Amino acid sequence: MTATGIGAPVRRKEDQRFVTGQGRYVDDFNRPGQAHAYFLRSPHAHAAIRSIDTGPATIMPGVIAVFTGDDLAADKIGGLICGWMIHSKDGSPMKAGPHPALAQGKVRYVGDHVAVVIAETLAQAKDAAEAIVVDYDVLPAVVDTAQATKASVQVHEVSPDNTVFNWHLGNKDETEAAFARAKHVTKIDLVNNRLVPNPIEPRAAVGEYDFGTDNYTLYTTSQNPHVARLVLSAFIGVAPEHKLRVIAPDVGGGFGSKIFIYAEETVCVWAAKKVKRPVKWTSDRSEAFLSDAHGRDHVTHAEMATDENGKIIGLRVHTTANLGAYLSTFSSSVPTYLYAPLLSGQYDIPAIYCEVDGVYTNTAPVDAYRGAGRPEATFVVERLVEKTARELGQNPAEFRRKNYITQFPHATPVIMTYDTGDYAASLDKALEIADYKNFQQRKQESARRGKLRGIGFSSYIEACGIAPSQAVGSLGAGVGLWESAEVRVNPTGSVEVLTGSHSHGQGHETTFAQLVSDRLGISIDQVSIVHGDTDKVQFGMGTYGSRSGAVGMSAIAKAIDKVIAKGKKVAAHVLEASEGDIEFKDGRFGVAGTDRSMAFGEIALQAYIAHKFSGQDLEPGLKEGAFYDPTNFTFPAGVHICEVEIDPDTGVTKIERWTAVDDFGVIINPMIVEGQVHGGIAQGVGQALLEGAFYDESGQLITASFNDYCMPRAIDLPSFQVGMTVTPCPSNPLGIKGCGEAGAIAAPPAVINAITDALGHEDIAMPATPQAVWRAAQKARMPMAAE
Amino acid sequence: MYAFEYHRPTSVKEAASLAGQAEDMKFLAGGHTLLPTMKLRLAGPSNLIDLGQIAELRGIERSGDTITIGAMMKHAEVASSAEVKQAIPALAEMAELIGDPHVRNRGTIGGSIANNDPSADYPAACLALNATIITNQRKIAADDFFQGIFTTALEEGEIITQVSFKIPSQAAYAKFRNPASRYALVGVFVAKHADGARVAVTGAGSNGVFRVPEMEQALSGNFAPEALDGIAVSQDEMNSDIHADAAYRAHLVGVMARRAVQAASARG
Repeated sequence: MTATGIGAPVRRKEDQRFVTGQGRYVDDFNRPGQAHAYFLRSPHAHAAIRSIDTGPATIMPGVIAVFTGDDLAADKIGGLICGWMIHSKDGSPMKAGPHPALAQGKVRYVGDHVAVVIAETLAQAKDAAEAIVVDYDVLPAVVDTAQATKASVQVHEVSPDNTVFNWHLGNKDETEAAFARAKHVTKIDLVNNRLVPNPIEPRAAVGEYDFGTDNYTLYTTSQNPHVARLVLSAFIGVAPEHKLRVIAPDVGGGFGSKIFIYAEETVCVWAAKKVKRPVKWTSDRSEAFLSDAHGRDHVTHAEMATDENGKIIGLRVHTTANLGAYLSTFSSSVPTYLYAPLLSGQYDIPAIYCEVDGVYTNTAPVDAYRGAGRPEATFVVERLVEKTARELGQNPAEFRRKNYITQFPHATPVIMTYDTGDYAASLDKALEIADYKNFQQRKQESARRGKLRGIGFSSYIEACGIAPSQAVGSLGAGVGLWESAEVRVNPTGSVEVLTGSHSHGQGHETTFAQLVSDRLGISIDQVSIVHGDTDKVQFGMGTYGSRSGAVGMSAIAKAIDKVIAKGKKVAAHVLEASEGDIEFKDGRFGVAGTDRSMAFGEIALQAYIAHKFSGQDLEPGLKEGAFYDPTNFTFPAGVHICEVEIDPDTGVTKIERWTAVDDFGVIINPMIVEGQVHGGIAQGVGQALLEGAFYDESGQLITASFNDYCMPRAIDLPSFQVGMTVTPCPSNPLGIKGCGEAGAIAAPPAVINAITDALGHEDIAMPATPQAVWRAAQKARMPMAAE
Repeated sequence: MYAFEYHRPTSVKEAASLAGQAEDMKFLAGGHTLLPTMKLRLAGPSNLIDLGQIAELRGIERSGDTITIGAMMKHAEVASSAEVKQAIPALAEMAELIGDPHVRNRGTIGGSIANNDPSADYPAACLALNATIITNQRKIAADDFFQGIFTTALEEGEIITQVSFKIPSQAAYAKFRNPASRYALVGVFVAKHADGARVAVTGAGSNGVFRVPEMEQALSGNFAPEALDGIAVSQDEMNSDIHADAAYRAHLVGVMARRAVQAASARG
């Protein structure tokens, strides 16, 4: 490995500009003549719009235009789309209600877009928005996930009982048979709490139209600018694809919420042409709470069947998934194909059957949020495995070990084929780091101080490296999920890598450069990573689903291979040897068996000056592109162990120890990977202990600010003990599995398993707030006294 | 935020005079409640009178058995004041528990008391430390000052200039933070004075800060945690929200009171 190659804990190149305030985010772009957009949002969760009178607003100071859904419709601007078709059990397609960028006749959640004011200043736009008179016929709202299909309220005409789909996966008959012969059945009811993503940078958009060239430009906070361009052009119809440039510059976190194509950027591009001015919108935090796509929100009943030997023989799951008021861009895939295929966990379970009912409610749309379906699946499996072990009187670690998959490849009953892994190795390492053998001593010591100590496991697996295009296509995806790369070598030997991946915190400018450094034997300072601009990068699928290492970097590796192959041709001419005798090693092209060689940079120069070969023999230049389509998902897996101490007097849960042993395959930069693990755990702990989005019965979001929505802080977390095991991924050339979501997937069940262990009973929901834990601890006082 | 006229007087007299003339006016101290409310367009005063340039509203002074703090002193200044730490360490510790560093370096004691947020910390300190709220017009005993949520004895245009705390022989503040906002979900300030103990509770009451006579009586006889055994506050008058219902808050009042007495006793 070179000093900056694969495996080196290189400091992040991009951090210099981020920590010195030199990052350039969408809100930092101010275009000449720019006007400001402000969206009038629905104060009601559900209402028919009898009329909108924009007249009083249009005469307010500074107002350039006021638009409603009628204006969009008049210009034949289409609605927002959901790009993943799910079919119900009966074969019928999911019921997708209309999703106009500005409401047409009805509003369906608090924060829904009613009208937009374009004005000289934001303050003027806000003033004018208050002057718009909307006559609402307020309707009752449905907000409760579990009750959505029984409500008398109908969110969309297309779905009389608010059902989007009744979907299923697995083998029902075999599963029923397994339960029929089971020695023991463990049952559990779970709520996977709704979360607000809260990236530190709120969403923003600047739309611009050039009347001279008929070109549109959109600066937007996107994790996937090419997908945004495709959707905005081909489906919504705002601008032709070749006339629309989408730029996603520095983006301050996304966690999934910036994958989707929202109303605001659609309107900004469209309005820029209408008003002949660049139009800017930046979300404030209140708008973000109301209108960013939320995450999770499942209600699940699950049962696990075990035989007389304590082997898991069956799993059946019924989940109701709240998709909110509209189907967001990838919402339908999250509780279906990103969820149920992970229900086998790390375990050899011969029969699994899962039913998922997707439902509409009068709440913000729900879509992918860090982990997207896989945290929900892991929560079901790991809570159920833990509870089963307890009911059977077995050690939860050893119960897991007994049921681990040990032979690979392993085909689960829920369409996944795990390629490789060594789950027991991670468990052993985690038990050691967590000092599990002395846990009982620590528990007794806590008890002496009147505290309840508990330990919880999470043996998670995820499907990342999303995804083989053929596979997702057969499952309903509207796009393929390959990735592209272009490696441009300059005459001086420096390298520009254009990637379809998008970095919004992941550190691609460093890790991608490390790959180039490693393969070409040049310093990472000689490498620039270009992303986030559809005029520079030809196409790409973007960053989500822990795919940028496994898929994005594999595309780069493939392009580098082509560069080296071309370099060999150039070297053969320059070194006057046959191409077959040219070797590339340690950054030098050499003739095998001789001491004749030239550095990579020298060959690059030769490729461009083209003096040593004729154009008939070889094209000048050194630039190669590649598309990489994975052949399988990747399967990061690991074991997290959480140890908590509860103060039964107050209900405060303190995380005393956190052990994370993850198998991410080959690691490019261990420092960045560890950071991803830390951040993921923090978000998972947030879900388990602190965060929860709650609507009241009328559909008002109660937790609509940081005063009530509790984000994790440093003080809520211990110092993490992070370990790694490595089984290289066989399905991509770099052996990478992905690491971005693992912590958020692993953490929630680890925390809740630890709390239930401490309390001695299972009755606790997320978020396990002090109040909830105190109440649960009241029931647990007796067992504590006995210890 | 709506447009407003901004005034920056340099004396209390000038501030009072401006307040007398200005329509629909608000005083601006640290602004930690007022400014966010204005930004959200939930408040839109026509005139804002910034008290930040008035020197006579600053300073900390000990005199006999009282310590007097200027109304525009910031939480961080109280928390780090050598006089306060020496005279009433519990008060300095309480100030250190308010919000976060940003809040503590902008928020003021006078602003907090005038606002009387039901979850603010200072009202509990004022009641437990038998404080006197000194205004440009009069002196008001803390017991008479706090009159329910966001309601005080202050008249329109009246300006708090100083707050004078009685120095107790023992005191402590135990705060259970709202996990999200860091305001007091329940905060209990206990103090042992020559004429008896005082126990004041913030965050919990549906009508704002309150004293607990049963606890005060018990602690006046025996200033020790076990003196509080068997004393419970009624949940009937407790606040209830998504973070804590009335029963949990009532329970926490007892826990925090014991912990405060424990801490006060440990300090000696």
